Amino acid sequence: MEDMKEIIKAYVINEYVEDDSEITYDTPLISGGIVDSFSMVSLKRFLENKYKISIPDDKATPEAFDSVNKICSLVNEYLK
Amino acid sequence: MAYSDKVRGSYQEILTGMKNAGLLKVERYIHSAQAADIEVEFPTGAPLKKVINICANNYLGLSSHPEVVKAAHAGLDSHGYGMSSVRFICGTQDIHRQLEQMVTKFLGTEDTILFPSCMDANAGVFEAVLTKDDVMISDRLVHASIVDGIRLCSAMHDTFKHSDMAHLEEKLQLHNDKRLKMVITDGVFSMDGDTAKLDQMADLCEKYDAMLFCDDSHASGFIGKTGRGTHEKCGVMGRMDIITTTFGKGLGGASGGCVSGRKELVEMCRQKARPYLFSNTIAPPVVAGVIKVLEILSATTERRDKLEKNTEFWRKGLTDIGLIIKEGDTPIVPVMLFNAKLSQDVSRDLYEEGIYAIGFFFPVVPQSQARIRTQISAGHEIHHLEKALDAFKKVGKKYNILGKSKQEIIEMYGM
Repeated sequence: MEDMKEIIKAYVINEYVEDDSEITYDTPLISGGIVDSFSMVSLKRFLENKYKISIPDDKATPEAFDSVNKICSLVNEYLK
Repeated sequence: MAYSDKVRGSYQEILTGMKNAGLLKVERYIHSAQAADIEVEFPTGAPLKKVINICANNYLGLSSHPEVVKAAHAGLDSHGYGMSSVRFICGTQDIHRQLEQMVTKFLGTEDTILFPSCMDANAGVFEAVLTKDDVMISDRLVHASIVDGIRLCSAMHDTFKHSDMAHLEEKLQLHNDKRLKMVITDGVFSMDGDTAKLDQMADLCEKYDAMLFCDDSHASGFIGKTGRGTHEKCGVMGRMDIITTTFGKGLGGASGGCVSGRKELVEMCRQKARPYLFSNTIAPPVVAGVIKVLEILSATTERRDKLEKNTEFWRKGLTDIGLIIKEGDTPIVPVMLFNAKLSQDVSRDLYEEGIYAIGFFFPVVPQSQARIRTQISAGHEIHHLEKALDAFKKVGKKYNILGKSKQEIIEMYGM
């Protein structure tokens, strides 16, 4: 679980953080303006490719993608 | 009446908020033709002021060129004022197809279709050639019109970091299972004046079987040895799948745009692109003017050569007096001031000195990247540029920014 959090956090930082801002597992990503809703598609695709899962579009909501912790919960639902 | 006081008040509140935040755009009235020397009324009601214009997209100085004006007059006489129809009903004249063929030859593509503007070309092209099974991968700094076009298309969208080829390759790998892939970029980026790495992008597109799209609005007519555009500069003429460009900048400056590229993609636009299907095309006098522009540019490289020399002189001059500019070799030369208010103060003082240049700040450019964007033209003579440099020197001295580093300017004026 910790590995997954670190992998997702590193992806988010590499993809979306342009300056030296720190993010934590609970930093609001979408409501905090770090990831725009446009970019959620590529984040979803990264998760699906990385964890060999399929996340239904109606589950890939801004709320479900709003922090590293929430994303991990969502991924875990489909890993089972 | 549905426009009640409540409704009016809500809009007034928004506009007042924009004004108070310094985000309200105010137009300046130019009483002369577009050129290096113009007469401006600003603020509204003020006496006319003669100023040197260094913020137009009039890169080749053709906006008021006598031969272009004469050709437009002749086009008005021979083909009328307007068509009162979209292209596929009864809105296509011989000169529309003639211009399409001339653009095809000039850009070295397979076919071309005209649009009312490049904004319309970018709004319509993606939806016309891609579907929900496809992916668009765009540079993060592409023009707003491309962003809008992408939003109108059902294909998946992803981005890569500005000009970062390793990141682009990661994205091409990530989306390699998609039916069709299109990589999307500007040729010359309008705010920083830097150039896309089209040679590397073309290689990556070949490697991953992706199409390559470039908006060359700030390049057509003058970038590359014979002015064909960024694809000529990067040595990839013939390898571009789609080029969009405008006739509203270097190519005469009036209006209109086009999609030029693979013949099947152009035909898809002719059949499906909504701004093409549901809007009149370019008016006959403008078409005649652009035809003349392409004749001039195909006959000689004199104007783009002069622009290149002017640009070198200007970039060196600004650097020599100690201002910070964005490095590059295009005629878009941003003078970096970093602080938003400083960019507005410097712009105002330059105007007092007879130089018309505009300050840009967030959200048009990123936070702490405020600047004066200067744009050089073949219509400028060296005396214009010398006067503008004198003004920058005087105003720069007033604000104590000459020879100062970014850090020092930020320490004095803040981010």
